[in-house]
Amino acid sequence: MRPNRSKSLQSNTLAGWLMSGPALLLITLFLIVPFLLAFWFSFTNQRLISPNPTQFVGTSNFEQLLGVGALVLEPETAADGSLVVADDGELSYPRVREFTRNNPDFQHLNGMREWFGWDWGNSKVLVLARDLVFMKALTNTLFFVAVVAPLQSLIALLLALMINQKLLGINVFRTVYFMPVVVSIVVVSLLWRFIYDGRSGLLNNLLQFLSFGQFQPVDWLGNPDTAMWAIIVMSIWQAVGFHMVIWLAGLQNIPLTLYEAADIEGASSWQKFRFVTWPGLRNTAVLILVVITMQAFALFSQIDVMTNGGPLDSTQTLVFQAVQRGYEQQNIAGGSAISVLLFLMVLTISLVQRYVTRER
Amino acid sequence: MAAVTSPNQRLKISLKYLLLILVALIFVFPIVFMVVSSFKPDLQLLRDTSSIRAFLPIGDISLDNYFAAFRRAPVGLFVFNSIFVTTLTVIGSLFLCSMAAFAFVFLEFRGKEIVLSIIIATLIVPFETIAVPMLMVVNSLPWIGGSGVTWGWLNTYHVQIVPFLADALTVFLFVQFFRDLPKELIEAARLDGASWFQVYSMVIVPIAGPVFATAAILKFLAMYNQYLWPLMVTQSEQFRPVMVGLQYFFQLNTAWGEVMAYLSMITLPVLAFYLFLQRAFITSIASTGIKG
Repeated sequence: MRPNRSKSLQSNTLAGWLMSGPALLLITLFLIVPFLLAFWFSFTNQRLISPNPTQFVGTSNFEQLLGVGALVLEPETAADGSLVVADDGELSYPRVREFTRNNPDFQHLNGMREWFGWDWGNSKVLVLARDLVFMKALTNTLFFVAVVAPLQSLIALLLALMINQKLLGINVFRTVYFMPVVVSIVVVSLLWRFIYDGRSGLLNNLLQFLSFGQFQPVDWLGNPDTAMWAIIVMSIWQAVGFHMVIWLAGLQNIPLTLYEAADIEGASSWQKFRFVTWPGLRNTAVLILVVITMQAFALFSQIDVMTNGGPLDSTQTLVFQAVQRGYEQQNIAGGSAISVLLFLMVLTISLVQRYVTRER
Repeated sequence: MAAVTSPNQRLKISLKYLLLILVALIFVFPIVFMVVSSFKPDLQLLRDTSSIRAFLPIGDISLDNYFAAFRRAPVGLFVFNSIFVTTLTVIGSLFLCSMAAFAFVFLEFRGKEIVLSIIIATLIVPFETIAVPMLMVVNSLPWIGGSGVTWGWLNTYHVQIVPFLADALTVFLFVQFFRDLPKELIEAARLDGASWFQVYSMVIVPIAGPVFATAAILKFLAMYNQYLWPLMVTQSEQFRPVMVGLQYFFQLNTAWGEVMAYLSMITLPVLAFYLFLQRAFITSIASTGIKG
């Protein structure tokens, strides 16, 4: 028996590796190797084309990206100790660059730029960053995720509940709501660039019509206050059908007998949702949150086609910066370091989501 | 369908339909606007955005924008490239990924558990973040073609196909489906003396139609809509797909009519395909999420 068994195991092993081998080889070469390379490059000074050999530089790429510092500016005082007041009644302060440019007492702030600040009595507290664009990309991405993940899952759930009713022709609505999902995000972005246009855009005209001409046209993508929201609305419009369908599948997995039992008990619609539907959607909810968060972190095409990160860096994102640096500016090390940070964030958040929503 | 009796109920149902229709308008109006605009001259197109005419094919309607789009860029070539690359990738990936999943589910071999978990873990990596290192990988690979061995894959069809022939999501979908199949099927075929490849191709593939359809649809959408990668790896228009072709229409003074015509041309086939197979599309998305 013994030799026979080991022979059958052997033939299994060989067949197993032969059949999975081609796919494994391709996934290794085109997914795992580039991923490991990104990790490696993030600790070097790799550039796309460079006459100098690549050097290991430790964590300096990460220090460059994440470097932040604080600076408290005291108002300037005259020789007698009183505060200097300018003609317009404002206090005057030393300039930030006196601290950030070759000041031996403030070595740790060298090369930093002002990120944001606030008043503290007569003093000003300033937060400085080594890489302002990265900081904006980071905060914009987190903002996008924090808005899109809950909002899009909620809208998708409402849509799923709407099309889960027994109404004549409900399939037509299901088909329509899903339609934008199959349209390329690049096509959608270009189309919506026209819709958001400041002069002849559809959205402005629609809002003017609805407000009887009271509404003043807005250049949605050209205004730093509205650009990210414009991208959020369009992104939700394009992708919400995808998650609606996943919710719908979850809804249809809930046994009808539970609803019948609830009817017999005389439960209201809200009670049925609260005590039957929602508990039944638990796993679906976890999945949808994880998927939407991951997709939101990968925000790229919309930015590339619609705003290029502008205006005033208000739509910079991490992936856009990773591509911008790694490809356009040929700074592979910098782009890779952003990729690594992004990967660590996505990993952490999905682990936290899974832990918080785990089965107990 | 419950019989409608009281006026109250009738009102309730009407309100439901009203809501459904309003939401439907939000989802279709940009698409309708795109198609309708593609038939209008630029001046009229811009003027019409201020009224309901934006959604109606009225006024000076013609195919001029379509002809102009063909004059501006080799649209036919772009469409051919997209279809060629997408078709080969979909077929290849269905074959390779289903076979690998078959091995993972039905064969016992050392290390398969860890390999499978690594594959599934890679689902978390956004493609854009590894695009640049991947560019360096393909740039240093050899290829054996008509003119012997060449180095570097840029500006070819295979650089758009080979890296996407296997992916974690497709493997994962097949694994999920195969796990639910009865093992007896396999054992019976093995007792009859079938080789593993015969079991795969003659027993499993014929009953796996639904998952093949699912995987094909998802892969088709992902490949046809690809943007960043072909932008990076195709320098000459000879190999460019439709999404990169869009660049020919980004202009300082954009000819919006032409843009709309091009967008319609590259989108309507996909929409038609979707309307024709909408049940399969929707099931395929749903099945990515059923087990999580």
